[in-house]
Amino acid sequence: MADRTEFAEQAMQFAPQLYSSALRMTRNKSDAEDLVQETYLRAYRGYGNFTEGTNLRAWLFRILTNTYINRYRAKQRRPQETELGEVEDLYLYKRISGVDVASRSAEDTLFDLFTDDEVKQALEDLPESFRLPVLLADVEGFSYKEIADMLEIPIGTVMSRLHRGRKAMHKALVEFASERGLLSG
Amino acid sequence: MADCAETIRELEAFLDSELAPEVRAGIQAHLGGCNDCLQAFDFHAELRTVISEKCRNDEMPAGLMSRIELCFNEDFDGDGDIG
Repeated sequence: MADRTEFAEQAMQFAPQLYSSALRMTRNKSDAEDLVQETYLRAYRGYGNFTEGTNLRAWLFRILTNTYINRYRAKQRRPQETELGEVEDLYLYKRISGVDVASRSAEDTLFDLFTDDEVKQALEDLPESFRLPVLLADVEGFSYKEIADMLEIPIGTVMSRLHRGRKAMHKALVEFASERGLLSG
Repeated sequence: MADCAETIRELEAFLDSELAPEVRAGIQAHLGGCNDCLQAFDFHAELRTVISEKCRNDEMPAGLMSRIELCFNEDFDGDGDIG
């Protein structure tokens, strides 16, 4: 990349995505702002390490993730693998797609079934070792390999955490829908 | 061609676009003839879209963009280095 100025201009377009992800990570607006700002500071200083032609967005998310882990996760170094209970496969699908959805008309889409806050809450309530892979895969669309690199864990671990994290998130969504009386029985 | 159990087992990797081409082709062949599995896949694809859209629509706080730009322009933390 030609110079720092050009780098900065290209990097700025990803600020809204980075801020949303920072919010899901820190669950706190002020920490999220600080995290995003520090990410750009580190990126700007380290832009010489960025290989032109590679994925700038993935590089920025890697810095975001590393910064979050180093700065905000210092207190709890060990991921808690056993915090999630077992959930049957296709649990959400079986509960939502069945005939027992009380107030779902044909026009209703999944989009209207859950509020924005419920979906955010379901994600943010996941234990961190599951929240980060689900965020990076399902919200930001990164590949297993990219997530493995960002989190410095094996691809198989990414896959198993995604599987368990998604199921736990789906279970939380079912509970929200149930609380609002959208599911009968 | 994959059967229903194999197909559902690969649902996540399929939606993640992480399957080897020959496995993916087997799943697609099954989905072409199995409405139950196709519905489950469509549902989860839609759910993925909903989750993604609803988790990345936060409004940036006023002033954050200019705070970021500060990092680009000056010796932000006074260590004598740019940024």
